[in-house]
Amino acid sequence: MNNVIVYCELDEGKIADVSFELLTKGRSLANQLNCKLEALLFGSNLKGFEKEIFPYGVDTIYMADDKRLTPYSTLPHTSVMVNLFKEEKPQIALMGATTIGRDLGPRVSSALKSGLTADCTELEIGDHEDKKINKIYKNLLYQIRPAFGGNIIATIINPDCRPQMATVREGVMKKIIADPNYKGKVVNLDVSKYVDDTAFVVKVIERHIEKSKIDIKNSPVIVAGGFGVGSADNFKQLFNLATMLGGEVGASRAAIDAGYVEHERQIGQTGVTVRPKLYIACGISGQIQHLAGMLESSIIISINSDPNAPINKIANYVIVGKVENVIPKMIRYYKENTK
Amino acid sequence: MKEFRIVVLAKQVPDTRNVGKDAMKADGTVNRSVLPAIFNPEDLHALEQALRIKDKFPGSTITILTMGPVRAAEILREGFYRGADDGILLTDRAFAGSDTLATSYALACAIRKIKNYDVIVCGRQAIDGDTAQVGPQVAEKLGIPQITYAEEIVSLTKDKIQIKRRLERGIEIVESTFPVLITVNNSAPHCRPRNAKRLMKYKHASTLSKRQESEEDYLSTGSNNTHLTIKEWSVNDIECDHEQLGLGGSPTKVKKVDNVVFQSKESRRLDDFDDDIHVLMKELITSHIVG
Repeated sequence: MNNVIVYCELDEGKIADVSFELLTKGRSLANQLNCKLEALLFGSNLKGFEKEIFPYGVDTIYMADDKRLTPYSTLPHTSVMVNLFKEEKPQIALMGATTIGRDLGPRVSSALKSGLTADCTELEIGDHEDKKINKIYKNLLYQIRPAFGGNIIATIINPDCRPQMATVREGVMKKIIADPNYKGKVVNLDVSKYVDDTAFVVKVIERHIEKSKIDIKNSPVIVAGGFGVGSADNFKQLFNLATMLGGEVGASRAAIDAGYVEHERQIGQTGVTVRPKLYIACGISGQIQHLAGMLESSIIISINSDPNAPINKIANYVIVGKVENVIPKMIRYYKENTK
Repeated sequence: MKEFRIVVLAKQVPDTRNVGKDAMKADGTVNRSVLPAIFNPEDLHALEQALRIKDKFPGSTITILTMGPVRAAEILREGFYRGADDGILLTDRAFAGSDTLATSYALACAIRKIKNYDVIVCGRQAIDGDTAQVGPQVAEKLGIPQITYAEEIVSLTKDKIQIKRRLERGIEIVESTFPVLITVNNSAPHCRPRNAKRLMKYKHASTLSKRQESEEDYLSTGSNNTHLTIKEWSVNDIECDHEQLGLGGSPTKVKKVDNVVFQSKESRRLDDFDDDIHVLMKELITSHIVG
């Protein structure tokens, strides 16, 4: 009762990275609140997954194992979660801000009349004083998220409703194993008690999941281009540089909207959050929504013809110049110096 | 032939995609008044899907429902220009300060009043909040299934709809009966443009209260033309529990709002001369950042 619960999402038979990231955050929140960390896993053939989950410091795993729960479908997953939450009364419930989490979360929050904050970038524990009713709330979940297109950061709280629910995008938080030998227990739910047959009205007819070819999140070097790169053709240079440095190509939303590169390469608040060793920003002005997704890169180089581009403020190196002039030189000098 | 009753949920939003320097006040807060108010882009995608249902089943009707200030009637007019049949503006001070849950409650109450709906379509999310919560929450309140991240109607018969959904790394085709709520993704087709004839016909459409504000307009624009009246519903026009509305009905509270301030780094300025770049690449290699 009153624990921290993380919904672990299955992505093509594997637990999604974002779920491990949330378990990591969940463990630290549970430590601060002095409560248990619990995990939910809904799907089929779940036996064995507990070995992957316990090391994140999970005390209880609730498993709903039923072939009708795979692939994910809104109503059955909602039903299991809502009914379980009514019994377990978690104080905090976290899920990934994925197509699944953003489908499931609001449905569950509505059913429980509880507040949900989408796409949090930070979660903290803190108190809140409501001066109007002269009441102090202890140990609330501060749900911190950008709002208004990323131009402001809002701290949201749910003083009175439980659970306090939040979704977080993949890559925003770090995934760290708490203890490889951590021991918890598995509770197998009797699915028929949690889901009514009427919940299966929406049928999945077909699914095509492509293996992701682009992995910018785990790339140590990212060469990212903005609208200033000018064309899909000009992006080729960025690919050359990235390949040579063993990295990947990313892009700002403006470059994606202009159709220069694939959608999967978008870095920023509505794209992927990255923290590579080296980030080379080419022709990116640096809107807040982009900066939020790459701010934690170790070294940032900005190549921009505008010496006052906002991104230059957070760059370690600013090269004032045209991307098409600078990149060939970088390639040339890299080759000369690594022979 | 089946005649679908379609409700499109739409929101008027500040255009946060183009927040320029003048949009930030001296104290660093956002100056909403200088941002243009627009039809939320994904809600326009949703309208397009509604129009496609109507293309296939011509007797169908499309009602756009929006909640917001009186000014939000602008997007209802925009909807008329593009083919919507009816528009309802849900407006009342009692709705002020609503979070997503209170918003979806109010919308669900209004939809119950519309009755006999088969399909509710809305954008996946609005650009001022990006939460993607109101669609699923409305569906839950109405007790109907939801299909989120919709990209295309694959097939439609009088009693079933198949929708292609866009997932992170692929697609899924799902089938539902009616009624159903569909949220439309940004990868779905754009809305068809305004129709010139409809533009002429509806350009004076407005709410009754707006028209009464100026008696002159009221007379000149033909008050007998009922199609020019945008329905305006207040809290008294819908059956609802007042405790679940507005700020008081919102479980989430904004504790504080901070401006985004990035810690400036001490950056080294280089020019695009060969020497500068040579030195830079050497440094990156010797410090093992690359190579």
